Amino acid sequence: MKKILALALAAALSLSLASCGGGNNGGNPGGNSGSSAGTPNSGSGGDASNTGGNADFKVGAIYINSQNDTAGYTFQHHNGITTAMKDLGMDPASQLLIVDTVPEDDTLVANAIDTLVNQGANIIFGISYGYIDAMADKAEEYKDVIFSHGTGWKNNDTNFNNYFGRIYQARYLAGIAAGMKSLEQKNNSIGYVAAFNREYAETCSGINAFALGVQSVNPDATVYVNKINTWGDETLERQAAQALIDTHDCVVISQHCDSAQPQMVAMENGRFGCGYNSDMTDQAPNAHLTSAVWHWNVYYQTAIQAAMDCKGDASQFVSKMNGNAYYAGLAEGFVDASPLNENVAAPNTKAVMDAVRDLIISGDWDVFSGVKLSYNIGEDGSVEIVKTDAPLMSDGFELKDGQLVEMAPEIVPAGGSPIDDGVIKGSMNYNVAGVVEG
Amino acid sequence: MNGSSDVLTLFLFNIVLVNIPLLYGTVGEILTEKAGSLNLGVEGTMAVGAIFGYLAGCATDSLLTGLLTAFAAAGLCGGLFALLTVTLQANQNVTGLTITTFGLGLYFFVGKGLGERWPAMTDVPALVRGFTAVEVPVLSRLPVAGKALFSHNVLVYLGVLIAALAWWYLNYTKTGLRLRAVGENPAAADSVGVNIQLYKYVHLIAGSGIMGLGGFYMALNMSGSFEGSNCWINGYGWIAIALVIFANWNPLLAILGTLVFGFFNTLQIYAGALAGAFPGALGWLNALPPQMFKALPFLITAVVLIATSVRKREGPGQPASLGLNYFREER
Repeated sequence: MKKILALALAAALSLSLASCGGGNNGGNPGGNSGSSAGTPNSGSGGDASNTGGNADFKVGAIYINSQNDTAGYTFQHHNGITTAMKDLGMDPASQLLIVDTVPEDDTLVANAIDTLVNQGANIIFGISYGYIDAMADKAEEYKDVIFSHGTGWKNNDTNFNNYFGRIYQARYLAGIAAGMKSLEQKNNSIGYVAAFNREYAETCSGINAFALGVQSVNPDATVYVNKINTWGDETLERQAAQALIDTHDCVVISQHCDSAQPQMVAMENGRFGCGYNSDMTDQAPNAHLTSAVWHWNVYYQTAIQAAMDCKGDASQFVSKMNGNAYYAGLAEGFVDASPLNENVAAPNTKAVMDAVRDLIISGDWDVFSGVKLSYNIGEDGSVEIVKTDAPLMSDGFELKDGQLVEMAPEIVPAGGSPIDDGVIKGSMNYNVAGVVEG
Repeated sequence: MNGSSDVLTLFLFNIVLVNIPLLYGTVGEILTEKAGSLNLGVEGTMAVGAIFGYLAGCATDSLLTGLLTAFAAAGLCGGLFALLTVTLQANQNVTGLTITTFGLGLYFFVGKGLGERWPAMTDVPALVRGFTAVEVPVLSRLPVAGKALFSHNVLVYLGVLIAALAWWYLNYTKTGLRLRAVGENPAAADSVGVNIQLYKYVHLIAGSGIMGLGGFYMALNMSGSFEGSNCWINGYGWIAIALVIFANWNPLLAILGTLVFGFFNTLQIYAGALAGAFPGALGWLNALPPQMFKALPFLITAVVLIATSVRKREGPGQPASLGLNYFREER
């Protein structure tokens, strides 16, 4: 009798667990795309009126977290893919195949790819960096399927590309908002909660661009970086933001980490902040200025369109995409600063940000160059951008094999043209002057 | 930029402020293990206590209701564990892991289910007040230690008080002695008339309840901000299980263990600031690989384990029948 009762209880427990998981099953891609009521943009939209000529075209996606997330990295990508498909007249409910909560493990990623290929996926997106090797291998194995890998660097000349964007341009704009606020508050300390710093070009290029944006407004400002050594951890993000305020009296908290905790801490302390990934004004209405955000649908629409244009010949994909490494920025609308929270921002911030956004979009100037910007703001709020030739300087140290070693501080001479994209994407391992880890 | 002694004070202050949930979790687990049961469900139990305690505290605008609800909700998890392992003789390890997954699932289920209706702690004056520092007279004016140790919110003092009471209870009361007997040799305790089932139920529920208080603390320390990307408890429950071993099943040593683990936990956040404040003495902190901060507490636990097993004089505090179910008919 006891045994039966124990069994029944155990079964009840495990059932309740399954229901908490939202019915996600990594081995059942796409099968539950209709079960996610309550999640916006979850692919269950009633877009059944699709009449496009590509009704048979199947998009596959491999996610690191759940497709039912309502915020965060996977949510942003899922939202981007479904938006792009709807804009192309496709029906995500029937044409999007998903394997989600796939860890960065070669075997598991390879299994996910096999599943998607067997289900008839024509293009497969992998959104997490660690999928890189499995995707590269499988792109060779399945020559008739298109592979597209986010944030990585591997590719081939036919059916495999990678994609990422110039988020540093958006961070420069956010830096302007932070710098304006620091001038208004007469406090030159600005904090930055970072997942990592010099360990990845992705993180240190973001920190550097943000700092340069700050310095274009307030040359005396220092950006203090507190790194938490993980991409997302609400507890550590909160502690790091609080520590920046406690130890350096930081007036603005920027971030490169997943949650909105740094923004909330800023608000609790009567400080200000710049978020990342999504507009965090909702979470911290009295503190948040602007976020550096991705518009992933811009890429996904381009890529899916190119894939359909291949008309079954996957090897055409790279040439249809004009290259095997997609790297777009403000000009393409792929990245941007989210709408400025003007209730909180310092006066004239929006005008300056708009002027610099236009300048970057025009292609006449870029962030990591030997030309520094400053601004003359007229009585009427008009903004004149002043360009000054000045060298781009590092703080004199770079990270090599895990060790900080001295480097020649000048990165770009005064008046020099912007550094190579390859540096921003892959080899940057230093901070610009005015950035301090601590 | 603050002075260097300020940075040191802040560092020490935060060791206590941020890591007290470990103490609650550890003391709760010590009570549980002293009854002979290994409950690996600390993480989930704390999560359940956290979310229900917080919601109840918000709904009633009362710190006490929050505490009691956290204790009760987590206690129910302990009761479930007891029902499965004591009455139904289920495997303790598996049941504990189930409680962890169950508790975390419930946490996300409730939190995400509330969505926009999630209450903000700033709207609940009683919780904000309850988590505001209370300065101990005289002592709080000491340099460095005054701020670091004697200017904390009431829940910090409560945690230390519970640890001290648990130590006194285990070592200096008759029921504490019987409890230890139950953990060491339930058959012997049974033979002299100790009600094994009752002792196990009471202490498993009370131990889980104390873990729940730690969860409630964590909720307030996170300012009640539910985002749902990872749980508030964030692995503290697992560290608490390791701390039980570190503390050699002694609630007073658990206070020390909390500070040692907390030292490394908080050092990760403060390494840069400390290196900047003391460039000569601590500049090397910036060069330390970050993984070290996560590994060191566990290395120390390993060292303590080796030390306690080499030094057999006092004997280990581990109850002899820990993890074994007691089935009276098998005597």
